[in-house]
Amino acid sequence: MATPNTPLWEVFIRSRNGLAHRHCGSLHASDATMALQAARDIYTRRGEGLSIWVVPSGAITASDPAEKGMMFEPAESKIYRHPTFYEVPEEVGHM
Amino acid sequence: MTAPSISVSETPLVLYTLRRADDALILGHRLSEWCGHAPMLEEDMALSNMALDLLGQARTFYTYAAAVEGNGNDEDKLAYLRDVRQYRNLLLAELPNGDFAHTMVRQFFYSAFADLYWRAMMTSSDATLAAIAAKSEKESAYHLRHSSEWIVRLGDGTEESHVRAQRAIDDLWAFTGEMFAVDDSERGLIEAGIAADPAALRPAWLGTITAVASEATLVLPGNDWMQQGGRSGRHSEHLGHLLSELQSMQRTFPGATW
Amino acid sequence: MYTQALNNNSDAADRTIEDAAHTTAFQARIDAEARIEPNDWMPAAYRKTLVRQISQHAHSEIVGMLPEGNWITRAPSLRRKVALLAKVQDECGHGLYLYAAAETLGASREELVDAMLAGKAKYSSIFNYPTLTWADIGVIGWLVDGAAIMNQIPLCRCSYGPYARAMIRVCKEESFHQRQGYEIMLTLCRGSAAQKAMAQDALNRWWWPVLMMFGPPDQASQHGDASTKWKIKRFSNDELRQKFVDATVPQAQYLGLSIPDPGMTQDEEGHWRHGAIDWSEFKQVLAGNGPCNRDRLAARRKAHDDGAWVREAAAAYAEKRKFRQAAQAAE
Repeated sequence: MATPNTPLWEVFIRSRNGLAHRHCGSLHASDATMALQAARDIYTRRGEGLSIWVVPSGAITASDPAEKGMMFEPAESKIYRHPTFYEVPEEVGHM
Repeated sequence: MTAPSISVSETPLVLYTLRRADDALILGHRLSEWCGHAPMLEEDMALSNMALDLLGQARTFYTYAAAVEGNGNDEDKLAYLRDVRQYRNLLLAELPNGDFAHTMVRQFFYSAFADLYWRAMMTSSDATLAAIAAKSEKESAYHLRHSSEWIVRLGDGTEESHVRAQRAIDDLWAFTGEMFAVDDSERGLIEAGIAADPAALRPAWLGTITAVASEATLVLPGNDWMQQGGRSGRHSEHLGHLLSELQSMQRTFPGATW
Repeated sequence: MYTQALNNNSDAADRTIEDAAHTTAFQARIDAEARIEPNDWMPAAYRKTLVRQISQHAHSEIVGMLPEGNWITRAPSLRRKVALLAKVQDECGHGLYLYAAAETLGASREELVDAMLAGKAKYSSIFNYPTLTWADIGVIGWLVDGAAIMNQIPLCRCSYGPYARAMIRVCKEESFHQRQGYEIMLTLCRGSAAQKAMAQDALNRWWWPVLMMFGPPDQASQHGDASTKWKIKRFSNDELRQKFVDATVPQAQYLGLSIPDPGMTQDEEGHWRHGAIDWSEFKQVLAGNGPCNRDRLAARRKAHDDGAWVREAAAAYAEKRKFRQAAQAAE
């Protein structure tokens, strides 16, 4: 008697205006409306949220950790993108 | 040795407040019976949230009733030391949970009323009642949203769920009239601007119910015989059992602090 | 938590080939206190251990709703009633977070739940004991949640990211549970003689089963070594048990209750040394012979079976709506 799977959703919550929505967990729901209500009932019961997004888990495309060398290492050597790369005499003050 | 029931001087305002408190406590208690037994974990969370909202409403109403009465009663005495004949809730609230369809239809009928009612009560000339109403309205609005979504899914889901939802509507319909009934005691409060007139809300309630039922492919019954009695303490057989459970500790250990 | 879909990469099978280089690199990351995330390469045994442990943990939260839920309708005051309902609801939420963490490893909640309902998966043996009086609700909050927190705090630093994150959320929410329980005990102990006797009786019945919650003694534990190496487990069963006993004895003394262990002594370092635990009772409860094993499974099965038509209705409606929206779009 295998139970049919109910779709999985990812929940993102904005805890305060001015902050971005942040991933806070997952849940199961048959459709988007029920997913939104379940997110409210599960993830905001201590006043954690002002706005909720729910996204079907299957709709997320993720990078592959096995490719992290190709994906992320090339950025590591571009130190000239950071302010500390440049020398400005102390007398000039904060810049 | 068991704790005896208290007596309450039911002035119109005390009686009015107790009725609202009892509705919320009994319905909240019924919903709390689902905890750990719901059809899915997500719904377990939702049912408990609704129960907690209602129990919170009950507590503020009891506290206010005790203050208005001024006889040294408090929320717990009013909840735990009144007998079945002293309870003033709607019959609808005390009916057993039945299956999930019965629970949701009961919630839907009640919340559709409560939402309108609390909104109307926000302009009560009694500042405490108006404040409780303002808080309760937000809660009932969500209960209505949640139960409506379920009515639509159950009605327009599978053949089985449709049959169960329709049966729940047919079974519970006769208990909806009591929400709109007004007795002499309450009539005076309505005239004084303290209470809202529920009868005036029935067309709007029926509009909400009809729209959701139609989306859910469900039919509202044609019969208009309505059961009454809860408001004056003539209850169904179910309430006595609920109270014997709810009150067992307070009755068994008179005067104990928990 | 991460998603099931993320784990369905086409080359996932190739990447689970456990070559020595992968294993060494994996262990090096663990040793360096790095977190492992869902799509990262991991040894099959690590994945299996985690799915087993996280799902058992989730089942425990869900089954754990039942003994306390037994008192929601009888809580002795409205204040206690809302607190208990909120607490049992939290446990449901914790089960839900944990199932989601297990799902990031490729299992589905449905298959995990089915295994539990079929009696193939374990849950904490403590929930197979009955709650007979209101004092049991106090003892569960104080001791059962106290023991659970001892176990869970180190799990917030567990090497598997989604499990650690779920635990952080759980621990944050659970901070009120133990206080709630202790407050109930304190009220009973300051109450009538009958109330105090109720409190002592509950402590007598729960003390030894609570000590068993930490699992078999270190020399008998089967999962200890690998879990420690993988930093899933950071303290041994006996270490955590000792920590718990040391924390609890003064709390019992404050309540004026006696620990039902005549052999308990305090050593020179101040540690409270408990007497011998009856592990045969533990084995019986694990084997399904606790006082409530059958009731607990029956209650979960009933909820599952009675809810089947509701879940089917929601799924059928979602299908219909998708179909209608597609038809509308085609017009």
